[in-house]
Amino acid sequence: MRLDLTRIQPWIAPGSRVLDLGCGNGEFLRRLQQERQVRGMGLEIDPDNITAAVGRGLNVVEQNMDEGLANFPDQSFDTVVMAHALQAVHYPDRVLEEMLRIGRESIVTFPNFGHWRCRLYLGSRGRMPVSKFMPYTWYDTPNIHFCTVRDFEALCAEKGIRILDREMVGNTDRQPVLASAWPNLFALTAIYRLSR
Amino acid sequence: MPNPDSQAPGTAGPDAPGSDSVGIVTPQTARFEEPLLLACGRELVPYELVYETYGELNSSRSNAVLVCHALSGHHHAAGYHSADDRKPGWWNEYIGPGKPIDTNRFFVVSLNNLGGCHGSTGPTSINPASGKPWGPDFPPLRARDWVHSQRHLADRLGIACWAAVIGGSLGGMQAMRWALEYPERVKHCVVIASAMKLSAQNIAFNEIARHAIQSDPDFAEGRYLEAETIPGRGLALARMVGHITYLSDDAMATKFGRDLRSGSLEQGVEGSVEFQVQSYLHYQGSQFSGSFDANTYILMTRALDYFDLAREYGDDPVAAFRHARCSFLVISFSTDWRFSPARSREIVDALIAADRPVTYAEIDAKEGHDAFLMPIPRYRDLFAAYMQRVGTD
Repeated sequence: MRLDLTRIQPWIAPGSRVLDLGCGNGEFLRRLQQERQVRGMGLEIDPDNITAAVGRGLNVVEQNMDEGLANFPDQSFDTVVMAHALQAVHYPDRVLEEMLRIGRESIVTFPNFGHWRCRLYLGSRGRMPVSKFMPYTWYDTPNIHFCTVRDFEALCAEKGIRILDREMVGNTDRQPVLASAWPNLFALTAIYRLSR
Repeated sequence: MPNPDSQAPGTAGPDAPGSDSVGIVTPQTARFEEPLLLACGRELVPYELVYETYGELNSSRSNAVLVCHALSGHHHAAGYHSADDRKPGWWNEYIGPGKPIDTNRFFVVSLNNLGGCHGSTGPTSINPASGKPWGPDFPPLRARDWVHSQRHLADRLGIACWAAVIGGSLGGMQAMRWALEYPERVKHCVVIASAMKLSAQNIAFNEIARHAIQSDPDFAEGRYLEAETIPGRGLALARMVGHITYLSDDAMATKFGRDLRSGSLEQGVEGSVEFQVQSYLHYQGSQFSGSFDANTYILMTRALDYFDLAREYGDDPVAAFRHARCSFLVISFSTDWRFSPARSREIVDALIAADRPVTYAEIDAKEGHDAFLMPIPRYRDLFAAYMQRVGTD
């Protein structure tokens, strides 16, 4: 279980309805079901992940977010979650708008491209960062829309999206102070709780 | 639509050691003396349903699974009828010990629908009013009539609630109808390669099939049994057309290509030429015409055409599915153009809008509509994973 998912859990009310966009193998949703008794549904496109999530007893729909979410009615979920997928969709702004149409609240996590290591890598080598955390080469990567913490908050401001909460995760647990004080430099992962 | 001849090779025979087959099975007959009120307004009485069961019903009677068959299917879904039976039942790939519909876990019921020609009361049965075969006078049936008759069978077997009702194609339509007609008697509904209603193109193909049968002089206005003939040419033609629509362009290209079975297309060579695909279609047609009843084929294709899940719910599938209480698994196949993934997506979208639990997968498969009968690893694994859940719910 990834660290950012642990931080998300307290924001989800027991018994609520949760839609998980890009639910992977269903680990997170399964845990929410067990610990928060949520009524969950996952969206996923990877066949093996779908089978794994079904094996966990979850409701999973094979659907590509890039082809829209129009089949989900307005305000039909309490929370719409998208963990580490914002940077991989074709239109992150439209997906955000759709998430807030479908859910009362949304939770979004993404890797912060403004992290000092990314900057150092790009600044010193002049090449796109490749690391354990971002392991892809620029020409062969699912991550087509990297952004920084500041970029994301600017988008929220532009779209009139309210930031209810944010949590910053540093590259080690020893650095929460740095990540909270200067998120755009020290947060490896940014976690936002949003509403209209 | 079950096509017993597209069974994959390599299935263990009834006596194979360590077999994953249910082994030798014996069909049973349930006779009902109370009238069945049909959607057309007529009553059918008495009537018989032929069925097979695989696995054991548990003491709480909570592990029963109903398998609904498609257009040309029947009760023999798994196992063999005798030790020298060459072919197993039509869904043997998916029903048996350790298979997705695991007979170590589930009690599986598979019947021949009313109007069928494999033992249940249908056009070839004797009409008690006339003492002659029903033939074309057999009442027209709807999917809901099958569901209602299946409910009586469930009562007879002491099954108050199905762990799952499962069907492909026309069978999927029955499964969905179950979820709406008897919501308290279905826990899971598995709908494979199906649709909430047929498209105009689909109805058109069925009409060609019916017209082929009705144009055969041996059809004798449907009274061919009395005339002691069989509209074999019409039935064969109907099956040939149907068969093309159950396969994909790719599947036919892979299976036959332009290979010749006989003759030559070289210049200077005369004589007739037969492509492999021609010979295949003729074989399929003649096999089918010798084993299927023409009036049943007409009745079943009409039931397909008339099916419209939401008709009685203001033509609103969302309103229809709000009546369901079960969870749904919907599966489609990428190259199925007779019951395309778009039709399955309509089911899924209506279920989402109705706030029903649903799981959906579009399986990449080259086999077209017939894929639902085929051993396809992703399909099998997903189906098995879902059935695990059915078994623990």
